[in-house]
Amino acid sequence: MEPLVIHTGNTAVLPRVNVDTDQIIPKQFLKRVERTGFGQFLFFDWRFLEDGSDNPEFELNQPHAEGATVLIADHNFGSGSSREHAPWALQDYGFRVIIAPSFADIFYSNCFKNGILPIRLEEEKVYRLMEKGKNQKYDVMVDLPNQKITDEQGFEETFEIDNYYKEMLVNGWDEISITLQYEDKIDKFEKSMNV
Amino acid sequence: MKPKTIIEKIWEEHKVHSEEGKPDLMYVDLQMVHEVTSPQAFEGLRLSGRKVRRPDLTFATMDHNVPTENRSSITDAVSKKQMETLTNNCNEFGVEIADLNSPNNGIVHIIGPELGLTQPGKIIVCGDSHTSTHGAFGALAFGIGTSEVEHTLATQTLWQSPPKTMEVRVNGRLNPGATAKDIILAVIAKHGVDFGTGHVLEYTGEAIRGLTMEERMTICNMSIEAGARAGLISPDQVTFDYLEGRRHVPEGEAFNEKVEEWQALATDEGAEYDAVVEIDSEEIQPMVTWGTNPSQGVGIHGTVPSPEDAQTGAERKAIEQSLEYMDLEPGTKMTDIHIQHVFLGSCTNARISDLRAAAKIAEGRTVADGVRAMVVPGSQQVKMQAEEEGLDKIFKDAGFDWRQSGCSMCLSMNPDFVPEGERCASTSNRNFEGRQGKGARTHLVSPAMAAAAAIAGRFVDIRYLDEAVTN
Repeated sequence: MEPLVIHTGNTAVLPRVNVDTDQIIPKQFLKRVERTGFGQFLFFDWRFLEDGSDNPEFELNQPHAEGATVLIADHNFGSGSSREHAPWALQDYGFRVIIAPSFADIFYSNCFKNGILPIRLEEEKVYRLMEKGKNQKYDVMVDLPNQKITDEQGFEETFEIDNYYKEMLVNGWDEISITLQYEDKIDKFEKSMNV
Repeated sequence: MKPKTIIEKIWEEHKVHSEEGKPDLMYVDLQMVHEVTSPQAFEGLRLSGRKVRRPDLTFATMDHNVPTENRSSITDAVSKKQMETLTNNCNEFGVEIADLNSPNNGIVHIIGPELGLTQPGKIIVCGDSHTSTHGAFGALAFGIGTSEVEHTLATQTLWQSPPKTMEVRVNGRLNPGATAKDIILAVIAKHGVDFGTGHVLEYTGEAIRGLTMEERMTICNMSIEAGARAGLISPDQVTFDYLEGRRHVPEGEAFNEKVEEWQALATDEGAEYDAVVEIDSEEIQPMVTWGTNPSQGVGIHGTVPSPEDAQTGAERKAIEQSLEYMDLEPGTKMTDIHIQHVFLGSCTNARISDLRAAAKIAEGRTVADGVRAMVVPGSQQVKMQAEEEGLDKIFKDAGFDWRQSGCSMCLSMNPDFVPEGERCASTSNRNFEGRQGKGARTHLVSPAMAAAAAIAGRFVDIRYLDEAVTN
């Protein structure tokens, strides 16, 4: 997995609540057996018109959001289905950081397995970022080791993150390799529980 | 000793490794696998030269892509490839699979309990958010992503932080006409679409104790629609009676020993939860959702709300988004909403008792003109049982389509879908935008309410169906 330490990038603002993973990647694209190439289908029903052209109304299609790598989203982002195709699509599209007041649990955990940093931040702070980025190109810097978000106009806020998740992202660890170091403990557990 | 919840007891029994500043390494007793969320996991194993650690604790089925009309000819090449990939993976890694030819094939969360794979005290995972269904047996069961599917295949464990616990107490006895589906829709409507985030829910109270196993599965199934990865119910005699005699459940003396173990799992009197929410059964009417998330529902005699009614800015936004997509005006009576489709199916409501409840309404009546109604049993076993009881005939005589089992129009990955702009009364679990087809408008209801909507062509109170049809 690609490590994430300090990330600076342009933002895209998506001020919709309860964005579920069915919106992030609709079901017709879940039939693929590969892990790559999902970015072209991200937010498909919102992003494209009937004829396949870009929907000019959609937030990610605004010229100032072009090339965005930081998504500023609203409450309960990633709810619903556990499909990891959602973070695969976001990552493949180019997003490395998602900032929102709250995330759904399964989606939150899935992000870390794919080199995406989901940041929970108080609603008021997220809405301040949204104001700044909603109509113009707006860059933020995310410093994961110091758990800090800053911009060039003096915005500076810290965020909370579980230390285990943080280390996994900063080091780009493969979780299975870590777990296999505990194989003897798993063996012992199976013997003692008779499973 | 300090009284404990069932959640704490199961947690403690499954810790393989625990250290300060890290999640716990938890043992998984059963992983269920389906075709959509597993191909990349098996591919990951292949690329790193790893094996499935415990094929004997892994069980696969295909359900999401399965056609419900003709199973022997799969016209969608991509769907076909995904199902073939699962079969090949299971053969290569030695995992048992209930494929399309198996009499045990069906929706993953329906066949686990049917086969007795689902048992109290187990930790059960699956790459599917409705894995919470298995919690009805007093198992800790939750959905995971594909990376965690691969992790579990390789190690039979997962790193998990201990969840917060929440009691969801349903007081009193249910009103006539109100079902398990109405309980869970009412709980989510009352407490919000994400009240369970970060928690495992335990459902308690007189109304829950009075439910059958199949009804309990409906409740636990929708825990994820409240944001909770898992929801469970302490096991009792109802649980043990359901399990006895099923294929993977121990028999004779071994069964009695198991029952003793399972009894000890139930939450101790006086155990404390991190949070408690309640609802009184008398508040619960047959429910219908009007919006695009499962918390946006009201009783059948209610009306579509206005953004002005919102308590918070986020709720206001949610109502505005939903009314636009659903093309509904504030103040519209639920009983004035007409539907063009009815879907009876899904891991929420496609077990035999659900079909019986719907058949009771359909018997001797006719589906309204302009309504397409279909019944999709949750598994081939449910289908066979229903046919033995003659339910298929009742449905067909009333004008319903009688189909093969599968996930079908719950998420429309197979050929079944609702056309753009049309409305569906659905017994499934999600009314999300586009879930049943691009631009499709989904209203979640119980099986009896769905059958009644099919007959009347609009939502009606099942208690007054005949009056509604004559008027």
